[in-house]
Amino acid sequence: MLVPPIMILGGLGLLFGGGLYFFSRLFHVEQDPRLEEILSALPGANCGACGFPGCSGLASALLEGKAEASACLVGGEEVALRIAKILGVEVKVREKQVAVLRCRGSVVERRFDYTGIKTCMAAHALAGGDLACPWGCLRYGDCVLACPFGAIKMIGGFPWVDEAKCTGCGNCVKACPRGLFILELLQKTVHVLCRSREKAKDVLKVCKVGCIACGKCVEACKFNAIHVNNYIAEIDYEKCTSCGACAKVCPTHAILNFRGERKERGILPSPKRNTKESVLSQTSEGME
Amino acid sequence: MGDTRLKVGPSPHIRSGDDISKIMWSVVISLLPAFGGVLYYFGWYAGLIVLVSVLSAVATEYVCERIRGVPITVSDGSAVVTGVLLAFVLPPNVPIYIPILGGIFAIAVAKHAFGGLGCNIWNPALAARAFLLASYPGYIVMSKWPILNKFLFGNINSSVDITTSATPLYILKNAPTEFQKIYSIKDLILGSVPGSLGETSALLLTIGAAYLIIKKYVNWRLPIAYILTVALLAVFLPYKSGGSLIGFWQPSFFSNPSGLLFRAVSHVFSGGLILGAFFMATDMVTSPLTSKGQVVFGIGCGILTAIIRLYGGYPEGVCYSILIMNTFVWVIDRYTRPRLFGGKSSN
Amino acid sequence: MKRTFRKGGIHPPEHKELTEWKAIEVLPPPPLLYIPLSQHTGAPASLKVSPGDSVAMGALIGEASGYVSANVHASVSGKVKEIVKRQNHLGAFTDYVVIENDGRDLWAEGRNSSRAYEHLTPDEIRNIIFEAGIVGMGGAAFPTHVKLNPPKEKKIDALIINGSECEPYLTCDHRLMIEKASNVATGILLLKKALGVDKVIIGIEENKFDAYSKMRAIFLSDPSVSVVLLKVKYPEGAEKQLISALLNREVPSGGLPMDVGVVVQNVGTAYATYEAVVMGRPLVERVVTVSGDGVKKKGNYLIRIGTPIQYILEACGVEDGIKKIIMGGPMMGVAISDKMLPVVKGTSGILVMKGAASYEERECVRCGRCIDACPMGLEPTAIARAVKNCEREAYIDLHPMDCMECGSCAYVCPARIELVQYIKQAKLEVIKARQKN
Repeated sequence: MLVPPIMILGGLGLLFGGGLYFFSRLFHVEQDPRLEEILSALPGANCGACGFPGCSGLASALLEGKAEASACLVGGEEVALRIAKILGVEVKVREKQVAVLRCRGSVVERRFDYTGIKTCMAAHALAGGDLACPWGCLRYGDCVLACPFGAIKMIGGFPWVDEAKCTGCGNCVKACPRGLFILELLQKTVHVLCRSREKAKDVLKVCKVGCIACGKCVEACKFNAIHVNNYIAEIDYEKCTSCGACAKVCPTHAILNFRGERKERGILPSPKRNTKESVLSQTSEGME
Repeated sequence: MGDTRLKVGPSPHIRSGDDISKIMWSVVISLLPAFGGVLYYFGWYAGLIVLVSVLSAVATEYVCERIRGVPITVSDGSAVVTGVLLAFVLPPNVPIYIPILGGIFAIAVAKHAFGGLGCNIWNPALAARAFLLASYPGYIVMSKWPILNKFLFGNINSSVDITTSATPLYILKNAPTEFQKIYSIKDLILGSVPGSLGETSALLLTIGAAYLIIKKYVNWRLPIAYILTVALLAVFLPYKSGGSLIGFWQPSFFSNPSGLLFRAVSHVFSGGLILGAFFMATDMVTSPLTSKGQVVFGIGCGILTAIIRLYGGYPEGVCYSILIMNTFVWVIDRYTRPRLFGGKSSN
Repeated sequence: MKRTFRKGGIHPPEHKELTEWKAIEVLPPPPLLYIPLSQHTGAPASLKVSPGDSVAMGALIGEASGYVSANVHASVSGKVKEIVKRQNHLGAFTDYVVIENDGRDLWAEGRNSSRAYEHLTPDEIRNIIFEAGIVGMGGAAFPTHVKLNPPKEKKIDALIINGSECEPYLTCDHRLMIEKASNVATGILLLKKALGVDKVIIGIEENKFDAYSKMRAIFLSDPSVSVVLLKVKYPEGAEKQLISALLNREVPSGGLPMDVGVVVQNVGTAYATYEAVVMGRPLVERVVTVSGDGVKKKGNYLIRIGTPIQYILEACGVEDGIKKIIMGGPMMGVAISDKMLPVVKGTSGILVMKGAASYEERECVRCGRCIDACPMGLEPTAIARAVKNCEREAYIDLHPMDCMECGSCAYVCPARIELVQYIKQAKLEVIKARQKN
């Protein structure tokens, strides 16, 4: 009694199984076996920092020769070397960059009661934003949402970049409507944390730690690495040695040196031998 | 110390008075006449079922929103609507734990598991009814349904106070030619027939529905399309009666037009069609976005309801037909998009 | 008899009774005026004066820089105090010419003298309009001389005069049509000549029946000008909707009225044309409706361009506890926080509100009202979702660029979603993507 159903169902099973096998062979797509290897080597965050659509996008591009083996900024040295091995090429490892939020105005007031969509992008587009400073951080957290690695957190209502978690993918740079983020090498520890192009009187009206374009930093710099343009001090990172002299003289503390903090957290890479940075790091003291 | 700053927001700076709360509570109000019918035909216990169902739904919503960490929205009345509609599709003598379980399922599974109000695909009240039907079939689909002997007085659970008989739909399905002898159209419209709590009195339901349509909370096209489709198909789809097949190809079919009309009308006012067409299918979240789409949706529900009623295993098809059509709303929306002013653009 | 556009539209409460019976009153100019160099669509005017310069009323202080640009004139006589760079009501940094009013209202040479206009050629009329810095007074502030000079391939057969004033509260166009009917009519005929068409249609909403009667009486003997009653519906006064209602023509998506042979001009623009051509006055003042429950002396005021809103509030008296100040109408106007912002050429109204609700935005409940309300046949809820989920590819199919930001969708949304703000973001993304390619 059981035999007919067993035979029928078993036969159907064989038929469908065979059919699946047949069609999988018929419609088989030739795939480079290295694709799977590369995909497993990549971090899998699909952050898009490499410029390709997700990790599988980068994997295909690598095989086509359209991307460098070190394209994955997030994976860093380890991933770059593994991919180079899979592809059988030489690779120049890129140094890790982190995101820096160039604003310190955590207590800048809001000049009106904003009732629209609470995102930085939307707030900035409406009447130039509700912040009393037209250049500073709007504190609605678009960067926090944009970071695929959870490296940006709101602390006391102000975004803070956890440099240990930051992979330098650049999503926050794209997300901030005011362009407040930059990506810089970890060795570059000195940054001007303000982007306000207002005159000193107008800056101080709304923010006590903004750049008033006084020029003291320019005077203090021995490497010609900082200039004041359009009422804002800007560092030329090619020339900057992160000595911290400008940070010491800034009257509003708009310039900060992250060396001490990064050293303490153990994320400051050891400087290469015999560079300006290595010499200076032995002589200067960590600030703030 | 008040905030003396000016408010700045995007345009427009004025809004219509209708917000979610107003719409939901208006639906609750529109169901009050039918609730009166519940107490009248089925007694205080049936009223308790409605109350318990509402409380269960509201409590579940509160708990779910706390767990999810989202703002508590129980005051907007949407859980109350679900609670009432769920009770309205249950028989009057179900054990009290049935509406409790139903309320929990409707809100926790059919609503919040999908993301809360606006994100659910299926009508929560009907989804809960489907769940209860599958879990406790004996309580939901019976062959004999109770109704009070003396309206307004009595306990629906006491065998003394009630009359049990087959529902109108049951008779339409199994003995269609006997229908005229047992139930009159007047009975169906007033509601003095056995059935689920909310489905019996077409009159009371229609009063509430008229209120919603006048206030433009419900698009009249959807329920009318639904009802007309059922009416037409109930007449023109062939059905079995006493061993023989009755269909429109037979010469005697058109000889009794009043009989055809009677059949159409009795199908329209029997069972949960009025309740389903005006209150379930028109649920904003689970019905198509455009008027065009809603008409398609109504016709689809009508076709499925007629097929299930005439050929399916259950006497009532409204619940499943709406749930099935809910599944296709995304397709309907995709193909009933509004026309762009100025036609196709190049970008 | 009443025409209207076919799809969408809403019926917000009008509140016109607050000011529609108030005759136009002249508001004396303030001691200091802030005149921006950019108060029109197109390139900002280039500065022609320096601090310390004496200026006469109607003198050129900013010259049109390019074809799609407009001249800017001094609205009082006095001295240029300074040039300041401030954020305007949209947040863009703009140069403002600050003029100290000497209180004498001395017109510049050659200005404010009437001229014979019957024999002016279309070119001459257009030049006077350009010279006078006239822009669309309905709010969009598009340079009028550009609109009156469409490319040769676009055959224009009709001029539509927009007298619908569909925004709630606003009554400035209404009063202009009643009090200055003959001047408006002269302006209309001048625009007709400048454009070179044989047909003019004036559309007026039926809540302005007195204006309709007046204009109709004036043009009774002129077969080329018809005055048509429009149904009261928002946004009846939107260009594309107006053309659809009056001529049954649909401007193609991404196109302009000239693509269907029409040019639309506001009633206020017609009046400004009369002032410029017949009276020799450049655009230095305009009628503004000051209304809302937060202002004491509501009315329609003739205000000089550059008058700070603070001055108007003081002159009209403000109630305690105002929460919102809107430049324009409540549907498309801009809420401002800086009371020193001035009245500009496109400011049709200043609304002061005591109550301004802020709403908790909920998830879309898929009611479909926004789709029903949209006069352009768009799906605002779908666009908002695409913006929230960053689905850039979805924009191609949803046509956010066709949105005119009328606000009908957000007005009806029960979930209180800021649909217009989301659509504006979508538009920015589309423009960004186009610039990349």
